[in-house]
Amino acid sequence: MSFTKRAVLKLSCAALVAFSPLPALAQDWEPRRPIDFVIMAGPGGGADQIARFIQSVAERYDLTSRPLVPNNQGGGSGAEALLHLNNANDPDHTILVTLNSFFTTPLRQANLGIDIQTFTPVAMMGVDPFVLWVHRDSGITNFDQWLETVRGMNGDYVMGGTGSGQEDSIVIAFLSNAYDLDITYIPYDGGGAVARDLAGQQIMATVNNPAEAKGFYEAGDVVPLLAFSDERLPAFPDIPTIRELGHDFSYANQRAVVGAPGMSDEAAAYYQAVFTQVYESPEWQGYLESESLSPLWMSPEEQRAYWDTQVANHRDLLASLGQ
Amino acid sequence: METLGLLGDGMLIALQPINLLLIVIGVTVGLFIGAMPGLGSVNGVAILLPITFLVPPTGAIIFLAAIYYGAMYGGAISSITLGIPGASTAVATTFDGRPLAMQGRASLALVTAAIASFIGGTVANIIFTGFAPLLAGVALSFGPPEIFALMLLAFATFVGLGSDDIPKTIFSICFGLVLGAIGFDQISGAPRLVLFDITGFLQGIGFLVLAIGVYGLGEMIWTIEQTRGDVENTTPRMTAKGMAQDTAESLRRGWRGTTIGSLIGFFVGILPAAGATPASLMSYGVTKMISRRPQDFGRGSVDGVAAPEAANNSASTGSMLPMLTLGIPGSPTTAILLGGMVIWGLTPGPRLFVDQTEFVWGLIGSFYISNVAALIINLAFIPVFIWMLRMPFTILAPVIFVLSIIGGYAATRDMFDIWMILIFGIGAFVLRRMDYPLAPAVLAIVLGPIAEPTLRQSLLLSGGDPMIFLNRPIAAPITIIAISLILLPLVKVFRKKKPA
Repeated sequence: MSFTKRAVLKLSCAALVAFSPLPALAQDWEPRRPIDFVIMAGPGGGADQIARFIQSVAERYDLTSRPLVPNNQGGGSGAEALLHLNNANDPDHTILVTLNSFFTTPLRQANLGIDIQTFTPVAMMGVDPFVLWVHRDSGITNFDQWLETVRGMNGDYVMGGTGSGQEDSIVIAFLSNAYDLDITYIPYDGGGAVARDLAGQQIMATVNNPAEAKGFYEAGDVVPLLAFSDERLPAFPDIPTIRELGHDFSYANQRAVVGAPGMSDEAAAYYQAVFTQVYESPEWQGYLESESLSPLWMSPEEQRAYWDTQVANHRDLLASLGQ
Repeated sequence: METLGLLGDGMLIALQPINLLLIVIGVTVGLFIGAMPGLGSVNGVAILLPITFLVPPTGAIIFLAAIYYGAMYGGAISSITLGIPGASTAVATTFDGRPLAMQGRASLALVTAAIASFIGGTVANIIFTGFAPLLAGVALSFGPPEIFALMLLAFATFVGLGSDDIPKTIFSICFGLVLGAIGFDQISGAPRLVLFDITGFLQGIGFLVLAIGVYGLGEMIWTIEQTRGDVENTTPRMTAKGMAQDTAESLRRGWRGTTIGSLIGFFVGILPAAGATPASLMSYGVTKMISRRPQDFGRGSVDGVAAPEAANNSASTGSMLPMLTLGIPGSPTTAILLGGMVIWGLTPGPRLFVDQTEFVWGLIGSFYISNVAALIINLAFIPVFIWMLRMPFTILAPVIFVLSIIGGYAATRDMFDIWMILIFGIGAFVLRRMDYPLAPAVLAIVLGPIAEPTLRQSLLLSGGDPMIFLNRPIAAPITIIAISLILLPLVKVFRKKKPA
């Protein structure tokens, strides 16, 4: 009898194991509520366009079981968004689309107490180049003519860009230093507003990303003069790079997705899988090409190393430009 | 003529059975999303975006636009019946909608909101149809100095000619401006006014948090104090005859507000950085200013309900214009629509009207149809909303309290915002006891963050010379009107003394 009893016990144990829910595997984590998809810039700029494009791809292929809800937090050159992630009370459902202010803002505002290495790497979607644009009505068609115009205006030449110490101001500061130019700089809260105010001739030139200026470029309203990329951009083959003009400089905006500090490994693995699928989708690959972005795929470990190099580079760059 | 033909084709596209079905579903969903405090059109559109991949792009954007429209109608419902603004665009509707409801005229307020919304939306559609490409140019000619001048004008309408105590109004505006400045400085990126080093202040004071605190909670405390819980329960009967009488009365007493709201709403909507919330507040201010009975505002004026409601619908059509013609979203919701368009393979921008005529006119046609659908559906639901008001106040008050807290928490999921709602609720009650007008503070917290950066950008443009506001052809007349409006009350005081 005891044998039978034991057998029954064994059987029931086996059944219990077989029918009980399996312990959650790493891949089994799924969001339980809408995902706070924070964007480090105002509506309409490059980061915003990309965030919404990514969101649309994720929705189209039904990659997330809960929706990504875009949340623009452009204040304080991205500091608002960084703090939002730093203080996130639900790190597993909070992710951020970043640009280079991910590196520069914690450098410039040490008192915020943000250490980007505590953030969780998710995906590096590509890097976005910068191009110098003027309005068609200015009559300027090449960079030399532009230099001449700026010099002739004795400080009255007005350029617009994103907030102080952010990407646009770094590129413009480099240009001013390299060619000894006197430019009045007007900060805006996002690249979309900058592109619009160039089209409306409120400002005279910008260093928008190609995606931001695209609509106006296609309509013939704005003219590209110079690219800040390592090589000529396939979309603008006639536009020289600043490297060709003898300056050892190139600058691009990172388009990456990072998770909030304290995100669980399971959630991080989930988002890494989701954004790898987004990255590999024909839509995103098409976007990279049509909007002149360069692919720069990295593993999470490589992303952390990349953050370190970028922080070091930006520290030097900001110091040399006196920003 | 060609435009009318295109519009006709567009309407036929919108009237295809599948698109018509999308419109009806979208408007109904939007109506309820808008009516829920804390859930605005942004959330609705973001959450429902996946559904749009099941239908062709034209159907998809028609659906999203219908939700957007429905939410603009729906926002008024909780503003009027509960006194909690359903969405930031409907805050101005509480100013007079709530007092009307307390006087037992909730049905009149709701009908007015629906009719004004319909007229605002339709006027905007007609302007949009006729002049979209031309107006895109107007939107571009508004640089920082022009926008600042416009903000100045908005503040002036609240100060000048008001029936309220002017020093108290100015105090209220300044208080709102200070609240609006909390957080990060847009120009330098530096944090400021982080009181007591509480990190919650770094994120700034959310506008909806202030509005829910002041109107949801503050209003509730006020009602309790005034009535000791003994609220008269008028039982409005919603019959076809009653509704027809309300419609006639809302047109008679609200035509001024509707007209002004429709026009100002559209114009402000097409401007960069503005959108439906500033549009509705500005229309309220202007209507009050030109009204022959400004003393009624804030105490149940029909014009005061009509103006913001006409404006927020008109502005939501208006903000489609920079999105479609320039590729620049005028509001958070249109930014999501823009993302959708990109994935559907459409490039918004100056070429869209030329390259994608079917899509553009299908969308514009759907605006007209959505508007009619929203009006009918909204009117049909009014008796349901009125019925909610028949609950005894002892039940309604806790419901309002809970909805206020949920609405405030839903937006950011941050406990800090709940403490702020409680503080604002009590603060608003105290200020109201001392006869301080609160609407100017709400206006200031919305417009301050637009006015400040444009002022600083303008002064950077001019090298610090304030004459920039008087040298530019568009900014100058606006600035002069604004300054005269601020000075007018002083002249009035002076005049009154003379004849005596």
